[in-house]
Amino acid sequence: MYLRNALCAASALAVMAAGAVQAETTVTIATVNNGDMIRMQGLADDFTAQHPDIKLEWVTLEENVLRQRVTQDIASKGGQFDVMTIGTYEVPIWAKNNWLVSLNDMPSEWDADDILPAIRGGLTVDGNLYAAPFYGESSMVMYRTDLMEKAGLEMPDAPTWEFIKEAAAGMTDKDSEVYGICLRGKAGWGENMAFLTAMSNSFGAKWFDENWTAQFDSEAWKTTLTFYMDLMTNYGPPGASTNGFNENLSLFQQGKCGMWIDATVAASFVTNPNDSTVADKVGFALAPDNGLGKRGNWLWAWTLAVPAGSDATDEAKTFIEWATSKSYTELVASKEGWANVPPGTRTSLYENQNYLDAAPFAEMTLNSINAADPTNPSVDPVPYTGVQFVAIPEFAGIGTQVGQEFSAALAGQQSVDEALAKAQALTTDEMEAAGY
Amino acid sequence: MARSVTQQRKAINTVAAWAVGLLIFFPILWTILTSFKTEAQAINDPPLFFFFDWTLENYAVVQERSDYMRFLWNSIAIAGGSTVLGIIIAIPAAWSMAFVPSKRTKDILLWMLSTKMLPAVGVLYPIYLIFIRLGMLDSRTGLIIVLMLCNLPIIVWMLYTYFKEIPGEILEAARMDGAGLKEEILYVLTPMAIPGIASTLLLNIILAWNEAFWTLNLTAAKAAPLTAFIASYSSPEGLFYAKLSAASTMAIAPILILGWFSQKQLVRGLTFGAVK
Repeated sequence: MYLRNALCAASALAVMAAGAVQAETTVTIATVNNGDMIRMQGLADDFTAQHPDIKLEWVTLEENVLRQRVTQDIASKGGQFDVMTIGTYEVPIWAKNNWLVSLNDMPSEWDADDILPAIRGGLTVDGNLYAAPFYGESSMVMYRTDLMEKAGLEMPDAPTWEFIKEAAAGMTDKDSEVYGICLRGKAGWGENMAFLTAMSNSFGAKWFDENWTAQFDSEAWKTTLTFYMDLMTNYGPPGASTNGFNENLSLFQQGKCGMWIDATVAASFVTNPNDSTVADKVGFALAPDNGLGKRGNWLWAWTLAVPAGSDATDEAKTFIEWATSKSYTELVASKEGWANVPPGTRTSLYENQNYLDAAPFAEMTLNSINAADPTNPSVDPVPYTGVQFVAIPEFAGIGTQVGQEFSAALAGQQSVDEALAKAQALTTDEMEAAGY
Repeated sequence: MARSVTQQRKAINTVAAWAVGLLIFFPILWTILTSFKTEAQAINDPPLFFFFDWTLENYAVVQERSDYMRFLWNSIAIAGGSTVLGIIIAIPAAWSMAFVPSKRTKDILLWMLSTKMLPAVGVLYPIYLIFIRLGMLDSRTGLIIVLMLCNLPIIVWMLYTYFKEIPGEILEAARMDGAGLKEEILYVLTPMAIPGIASTLLLNIILAWNEAFWTLNLTAAKAAPLTAFIASYSSPEGLFYAKLSAASTMAIAPILILGWFSQKQLVRGLTFGAVK
């Protein structure tokens, strides 16, 4: 009798346990390895405490691997991921392919209207929001205040390219391994081409005219690339054609760069005394212009989106709501301080005095983001959106090939004219093959 | 005189061998050294060799952020499973090719090897779609099968060359004594080919352990092995070299230890057959 009761109890427990297991939904999140994302993983216990029926699985991958993996999964409807970390380049393209679930039905407390207009515009297709920004960034000038002073110059809040050249010349001291300017040279659509495309906007250049004809044979592109080569050859570090974000970051942190024009997110790294030898000698300014009405800064956001193949859409949205909410910002602030909250997504953050006090680069970041207009990126009208990219599926391939030509020119393997001629030819071929 | 020339040559050979050995080992040594530096020390120019403040901080961060044991178990299961399965299939295949060859055996062997020349990415999508249909994405079983198929040509080739060294008369004698096919392979051939099988086993475990293309493309959270563990420490924005080095050291440690203890077996096996 006792045995029978024990068996019954065990069976009941097993059934209950099985029921509990069944009730739990797993949300698999594909993400990149950067500070804000890792912090989110560390704080995920707060989410699971609020939603014990949702289990989170994290897949962290290198940026390019992640891009390839999530594209492969979403195009084949593999359903491996329920939440994907994607950039502002992918969102409009994937939304048009019906690969993403609309986030229009997020609850009112989430406050979609609080998202910075420039960022929200890049994530909206035909009036529907397809991704929630986790953090946003633009680019700006980071410079050494001590070297600037030594050169007898004063950095304006909104410098011109001519001033940048003058300052680079004044700060360069090659014997001491101090180079006036560090810029991206490594080939890739998200590497040197992100910088050069944004820079070209301020020189009046563009990728395509309104008939989708490639424009690398224009005078504006020649001026852009010649100016860049001149800067980097005379005042840049050696081997710059292989330098990307991380290489320039380490050069700047070691005190080897007078100026660095790159992502606003770098501000917190170069001012961190644990890693940077120049943490207390860094100033910030808007990306330069040429008086043509456009600045050479870009606009980027890492966002969270739900792929159409997910079988846990509601749970995925619940997670996104948590991770991109104002209360998440407060959670990060309470655990790790206001300087560490994800920047560049919400207007309310830039109205918060605690944040403004903790992040000296906050105002410059907001101004840089607001100065970028992805729907009207260049001086002349263009048929595409995107500031440092062209939001068409072909761009990743073409951008990387053009980047290789420009990187080869920086390495001294070919002239500016040769690089531009090759860029024009390959872009024309690819666009014709794609049916433009 | 002749003796002194030999001595001299021996010394030169020894120095050259050490130099080449150290050169090959240097990237691993550098990875291990970097794993004990801070991120700032890792990018220091000039590079720091031994004189820096050694820290275990990176290992602590990696331990805290990742479930190392889960990745390790997946690596063991996938590398071990695919190798054992491959050996089980390859022994009879290599036996037939070595002892009862047909007119086309050499062609089949070459054809099998030619599949290794196909870029893996060329068949990624078909295999990915098959895996979706079969529900095998992000499963250890799926990866065991794929890695087994990838390494099968090498396993068959290695076993074939070892089996060819064994005199056919011994198997013939076994057959005359009444041994069937099963007994002949299990009790006569396999024990005689143990060194060859062991080195094949070891080499294939190493190949499967280090395989990064399929393991990164066909897994997500559940079946991800140590290759995915390493990949998760590369960062687009922010310094990561020291933490990546710590993750890499933790990922290669088991296979380095296995290789260290079995190097005699491995070298003997590799220099025994035709894979010289």
